[in-house]
Parts: sequence; C-alpha cells; structure tokens
Amino acid sequence: MPDRHADRLLEAASRVILGKEHELRLALACLIARGHLLVEDVPGVGKTTLAHVFARLLGLQFQRVQFTSDLLPADIVGVSIFDRETGSFRFHPGPLFAQLILADEINRATPKTQSALLEAMEERQITADGRTLALPSPFFVIATQNPANQIGTFPLPESQLDRFLMRIHLGYPARAAERALLMGEDRRRLLERQQPVISIDELRALQRAGQDVIVADALIDYVQALLAATRTDVSLAAGLSPRAGLALIAAARAWALIDGRDHVLPEDVQAVFPHVAGHRLHLAGDGRNVSPAALLRLLQSVALH
Amino acid sequence: MRAERMRHDTHAGGAIGSLTPPSLTLQQGLWLLAAAGVTLAPHASYLPWWIIAACASLLGWRAWLLWQRRLPPHRVLLLLLTLACGVAVRQEYGHFFGKDPGVALLALLLCLKLLEIRRSRDVRAAVLLCFFLQMAVFFEDQSPLIALAALSGTWLAVVTLLALADANAAHRAQMRTGALLLAQGLPFMLMLFLLFPRVQGPLWGLPADATSARSGLSDTMSPGSISDLSVSPDIAFRVEFSGSPPEPSARYWRGPVFTRFDGRTWRAERPIEASTPFYTPSGRRFDYRITLEPHDQRWLLALDFPGAGAGAVRGDGAGAGPIRFTNFAQALLPRPLQSRSRFELSAWPGTATGLQETAATLTAALALPDGFNPRSRELARQLAAGAGSDAVILDRVVSYLSESRLTYTLKPPLLGRDAVDEFLFETRRGFCEHFASAFTVLLRGAGVPARVVAGYQGGEVNPIDGNLVVRQSDAHAWAEVWLGGRGWVRVDPTALAAPQRIEAGLAAALPEGEALPLMMRQDLGWLRNLRHRWEALANAWDQRVLGYNPERQREFLASLGFGKVDWPQLVALMSGVGLILIGGLMAWASWQRRLQDPLERSWLVFCKRLARAGHPRAPWEGPQDYGRRLALALPRQADELLRITASYARLRYGAGANRADIRALNRQIRNFELQ
Repeated sequence: MPDRHADRLLEAASRVILGKEHELRLALACLIARGHLLVEDVPGVGKTTLAHVFARLLGLQFQRVQFTSDLLPADIVGVSIFDRETGSFRFHPGPLFAQLILADEINRATPKTQSALLEAMEERQITADGRTLALPSPFFVIATQNPANQIGTFPLPESQLDRFLMRIHLGYPARAAERALLMGEDRRRLLERQQPVISIDELRALQRAGQDVIVADALIDYVQALLAATRTDVSLAAGLSPRAGLALIAAARAWALIDGRDHVLPEDVQAVFPHVAGHRLHLAGDGRNVSPAALLRLLQSVALH
Repeated sequence: MRAERMRHDTHAGGAIGSLTPPSLTLQQGLWLLAAAGVTLAPHASYLPWWIIAACASLLGWRAWLLWQRRLPPHRVLLLLLTLACGVAVRQEYGHFFGKDPGVALLALLLCLKLLEIRRSRDVRAAVLLCFFLQMAVFFEDQSPLIALAALSGTWLAVVTLLALADANAAHRAQMRTGALLLAQGLPFMLMLFLLFPRVQGPLWGLPADATSARSGLSDTMSPGSISDLSVSPDIAFRVEFSGSPPEPSARYWRGPVFTRFDGRTWRAERPIEASTPFYTPSGRRFDYRITLEPHDQRWLLALDFPGAGAGAVRGDGAGAGPIRFTNFAQALLPRPLQSRSRFELSAWPGTATGLQETAATLTAALALPDGFNPRSRELARQLAAGAGSDAVILDRVVSYLSESRLTYTLKPPLLGRDAVDEFLFETRRGFCEHFASAFTVLLRGAGVPARVVAGYQGGEVNPIDGNLVVRQSDAHAWAEVWLGGRGWVRVDPTALAAPQRIEAGLAAALPEGEALPLMMRQDLGWLRNLRHRWEALANAWDQRVLGYNPERQREFLASLGFGKVDWPQLVALMSGVGLILIGGLMAWASWQRRLQDPLERSWLVFCKRLARAGHPRAPWEGPQDYGRRLALALPRQADELLRITASYARLRYGAGANRADIRALNRQIRNFELQ
C-alpha cells in the first residue's frame, strides 16, 4: 500500500520535527508531485532540519549548498579542471549532482547563481562546457529563504518563484511542541540515528501513484473557477497561469494520495491552494505577496456547485 | 515596439506601480464603450454641439487607451477636466437645475467616469449612469426609435455587467444571457405598463416642454404665411374614420376663421363660445377619431361641421375637457393644446350654418379698410353693378377669377402695400391665401358678406394602417360667403385656378418643375412606401403605448372584468400578477434544475434539509469538510452523515458514478431523518 509508506514517513518525520505535521505533509506532497519546495521563515525554526529529515528517511543523496553573495554558478553546477595526467579537461560535478539538495538562504546569492539553480530545477539537467548532463533522479530541491526585507538579499523574481511547486512557512512551534523540543534529545544526534523508511523505488512508486489519482470533471470545474477568481480579482496584479493550475492539480493529487484516496476532492485543492498560489500571486498596488487571510477569502469567494 | 510600449506603461502608471495591467480587459472595455456610446447617441439630437464633441472625444480617448493597453489618466487631470465640464455646462445653460443641464452634465460625467475606471466598482457606477441616461432620453423624445435605442443600450449595459462578472466567458454566451435577462424582465415590464396607476398628462410634464415652439397655423394670415407652412412634411394630425372617409373635396378641417382685414393681414376675431353648436347638424354623418399634434392653440381642427350629437365629442390627453363651439362653426378646446391628444368626433359635412346670422357678424363680414386695394374695389363695384342678388354677384366673381387664369404656386412673388391689387393685376401668381384673400375682398367690395377660413384640406390615406394623415403641407385657406336662406357657403377660390389641389393634394397641383420637399415627391415610390410604413408604426406606438392613459387603463381593466378600480386595488392587482410572474419564473428555474444530473439533485435535497435544520453548507465547503462539521454538530447521527457525504464525494469526484450507486445514495438521503 503506497499510502502506508506516506503514513510511515510522516510518522517518522514528525518524531524529529515536532508539532509540524501539516507542514511535513505539505513537504511530502511536494516531493510526491515531483515539485520543489521553498521554505520561507526566520532562521532557527527548523528549515534545515526539514531537509535533513527527508534525506535520511528516504535514503537520498544529500547535498547542502549555503548560498552567499559571492557564490558563483560554477560553485554549484561544477567546473572543468585541466587534468595533467590525461592532458584534457575533466568535469568535476558540483553539489547539484545529488538527489536532495538543500539550497540554504537562496536569496543571499546573486541573481546569476540563483538562475543557475532554478534552471537546473526546471530542466532537471545542466549544461556545462557544451555537454548536457542529466541530474540524478529523483531530484528534489528544498530552498530556504529568509524574509526578503532582511539586508543583503536578492529577492527571487516572480518568474523564478514559479519554479517552486509550493512555498511553506514553518513558523514558531506550538508551546507544547517547543517544550518537548527544548527538553528532548539533540536534533542532530536524533537525525543521525534515523534509518530510511522507504526505498528510492518505493518513492518512485509513490510518485507514479500520485499521477494516477483521479481528477473528475467536477473538480476541473472547481479548479477553473478558482483560477478565474484570481484573474478577475482586481486587487491582484495578475491571475494564476495555466502552469499554476497544473501545479495546483498535481499538488492536490499528492495530497489526496497521502490522505489514502484514489480521487481528488475539492478539500484537497483547498488544502494546497494557499501554498501553491501564495508565492505566485501579488497585490496590484505594491507588488507584495498576498496574505494568507486574503487567500482564504479568495477560496471562500468561489462557490462549489 | 513591445518594449517601448511597456516602458511607456511604467511611466504612465505613476503611483500605481510598475507594469500592472489595466484592471479592465479589452473585452469588458469594449462592451462598456459600446453601452456608453449607444446610450449617449440618442441624446446627440438635442444636446449642444460642444457637449456632443466633448463626449465623442472623451470616448475616443478611452477607446485609444484601451487599445494601447494604457492606464487611465492621472486623477488630477480628470479632476480638472470635470471642473471644466461643470463650468462649461453652467456657462451654456446659466444654471444647473432642470433636465437639460442635468442630462448634459450626466452625459459628460459618464464619459469622464469611463476614463477613471480602475476597479470593478467604477464599471458598475458607469453602468448605473448608463441606465439613468437611457431613461433620461425619454424626457426629450418618446418615439419608437428612441425606445429601441434605449433598449439596445440597456442590453449592452447588462452584457457589460456580465462581462465584468466573468471576464473569460465567450461573447456569444454573454450576449445570449443578457438577452435572456431582458426577456425575463419583459413580463414584469408589461405588467407594470398595463397595471401601474396612470397619471393624466405626460409623465415628463416639465415647464420647458410647454413653451417650446411648435409649427402650425397662427391666428393671423398674410401673404406667405401658409405657403411657408406648406413646405413642412410634419404631421399635423391623424384621423381614423370608423367608416369610409368623405371625398377628398369634402375634407375641410376648420382652424381659425378670419374676419378682420387691415389691407394686408387677416385677423381672427374673438368668437362667441357655447357648449352646443350654433347650427343644427344634418345630412350624412362621419364618425372619426382625431389625434392632434400639439399646436399651442385652442382650435380642434374638426372636420366641417362638428356636432354635439351622441358620442360626438370625447377627448383624452392633456387637452381633455368639454369642447366649446363658436359662432364661426369652429370647435375649440378649453385651453391651448400642449401635448398630443386624441378626440372622438362626428362631422356632418352637409350641414347649413349661419342661417340666422347676427347683424353684427354680417356687418363685420363686409368691412374693408379704406385706402387699400383701390383697383380691386373698383372691380368689385363693376361686378356688383346690376346684379339682382348676392348669388349672382358670387357667380360673377367666381367666373371672373376662373377666367383670369391666375397661377397657383408655392413660391409667389413678394407683394407690396396693396397686396390684393398686385396679386390680381400684376404678379398673378399666388398660393391659397392669396386666392382666398382676393376672393373675399372682391365679395366684400361688392357688398356680399364673406370671410376667410384657414385650416387643412385633404390628407393622405396611409395604405398600411388605413389612417388619414394630414400634414402641415395640407394647410389651406378658403372662403365662406353668406347668402340669405343658405347661410355660410364654402367657396374654395384655389380650386378655380388649381382644381387638383383639392382633389389630389398640393404636389399634384403645383406647376411642372416647382421644387418640392423630398418627402412630398410623387415619383419616389419606395420612399413614400417606406414613409407610410414608418408613420403607421409611429402611429401605432403613439396610440397604443404613449396613448395608454388613465381612461385606456380603465377600459382595459373593464375588458378584463374589473369594473371600477381605484389605486389600492390596482396596487393589489399588481402585486398579485407580480407574484404569479415570480412564481412562474421560479417554476421555470426549478424545471431547469430538474434537467441537472440526478446526483446533484439529491445532494441539493440533502443540503437543503440540513440547512433548514440550522446547518447550511457554506458555498465553498467541500462535501468531506461539510460531513465532518455535521458529524461534530450532530454526534448522534455522525456515522450516517459521514457515510452520505463520503459517498456523495466519491460519486461526484471519484472514478465515474453508475446509476445503481446514485440510486443507493438517493435511498440513503431519502431515508435519512434528522433526530
């Protein structure tokens, strides 16, 4: 049962990251839908741990890239170095050649480096020295980002935000969860003890099952109504694109799969909508992102027939 | 090209921000512009030219902005423009009160509002303005064409609102939906039209209407006054005979009667009025219904000779009231006619009038001013010499005029001081007023009482609806001679020179080559046909729609079996019919809903039942969430509720539902009972 895999994964992950079941579930849905995840929050709430947890539990090759303003594209993609012995250039793959990549503080890097990463995310391959090299599979990027108003950051442009299937906020833990965290074992040691819960093949099977979840006509109607609502809302600078619509359905499928269903319900769409649409919609006036409350209002303005 | 435009966008955006697209889509903008254009077009007929030009350029500006995908102009600029418009309207009219400056200001504001549109609320405000202006056009004109224009404007405005609600729907679907909405409003419109308590008089009886100039006969006649009128194709009145109309040569519609002559101008004397005619109607009777255009005079223009017999006079419209008869055989209204009115009258063309005429009237009918027209008076004396009776003198004058071969023309030469002399002996060309005037002067000079009568003669039967249409071009002047024992005898001196004028109308009587207004040309058959059709339609509109007054409403209700109805009863009747209509529409809607799929229907039944129990489903709420919420609210039936909502969710969103599953769910829902 593929959905049992999902349950086991979530159960193990929530032992490490306390009180964040919903966010873990979203992250897993993102992974199953073969999307990339953007985690936006202040430092120290467990963004990095989240990436680590998934790498350990899924047994994925893990690479962490700390983005800084002097990071160059070659630093993440790889570089060709002249080999004296063979008398030719040899390509040394960069940290992107891994299955799960944690791109930490992505908005600290220059746009040039950011776009190198984002291109790789989209194409799932990189081109270096005229050669095209496929990236490993599965290929899952978890990028973290500090809120853009911090000094010395390069906010991601809208077109690049679109490469992330979802954006989530972790936020501060609830009181009880924080207490357990403070009293409990060191997270790093706990992480090291975690063994893979499912194999890579099982993960691939999960991803395939996610694509087979049924989307009925009635649900497409609903998704279209939602898209139309974002397009006619005059407080928004622009509505959701068809690509965003596809992302919404993919995420809802994964969400339904984790829930153990073979078909998508409007509730699945509603659950993932704030995280799929949140970073893709901007206010008409000052271009800020739409608030979660406004997203909820938008959801509630679309009737379900 | 594209980059340049985008750069300009950023610049034009100003404070609004960079590269935000205008909130109005091209499709919505075009609908709105169309609605505003069609709404404003009928107003162009009476608004000052600069307002029309300003509106057109503002609309053009808006269209250009829309086309170029540019943002609306800056608020300060718009504010300045608005102030300028206000000042200009104040300059034009001198005040802001009253309908003309009000409508002018609203028209300009609508165009400015279109330039200000930033969000959907602005579009709604503009559409509301459109609706108001569509109504305001009826202040000025209530013809069927205007009604059609207003209806098109309403439809476009409704389609604009639909386009606003759903920017992505197809044009055709929105046009259909707009038409459907209007069609659904139609029964209510008819109901209100027929049953809403009517008030007497025009609904827009504003002061400016009363004093506006109108064409028609006046109470004086000098050479040229009727020929000026005769080039106008405007309708003076329409007549509907209940039987066959009298011969063209008997169709004399009496207006002012001129008795006083100052040598050049004929004037009407104040007549003696009474409630019954001064004569006894006799001979064949013609019943007819006359619809008079307002002419701001009291005369009824009745067919000779009106009588007060059974059902002889009954009027409606603003001129209604008891009809007065005068000693000049006229029928008069109680006050000058200010709005189109309809009267039912009877005429007895064979009646003899003035058999017992007063001495004062006869004396007045002999008076001629001294020192004018000496040659004519000399001629009259010669004609009277040796004649045994007035009848012989009349014969001599008639034969003199027919033998002198005068020319009948619409463009007679200008005449000097002794107008009759110049006409008879020098220019020898004249229109009906010249003939009537010269004839009367000759008879008076010969000692026979005579007077000039003005009015209309003839008329044209519209083959489409059979109504007789009498135009200003049928205006005419003839004479009446008093003969002892026969009373006043009508003599039409124009017939002596141009008999066709009386038999076939003005166009046939004029000499070859004399220019006629386009509409009176005999040779353009298709044009006449088109005009006949249009006038028949306009007449039907006037009679049936605009002429639906309190009396017609009473008649209509009486025909439905409501004898005497007062206002409260009308309101009750209206509410009743309204409820029936609403019920009918709801039945139609539910029948439409029946056509939906059965799964949806039973789900709606379920939701409705729970809503009645105080647990309505929020419009956006999915079935699973709803089920969970219900299970919490109604814990005793949690299992059943969850089962129903889950199976609906599965059937609706799962891998296709078969009939058996739907039936099973139906059964579940039917058997479900709230505890």
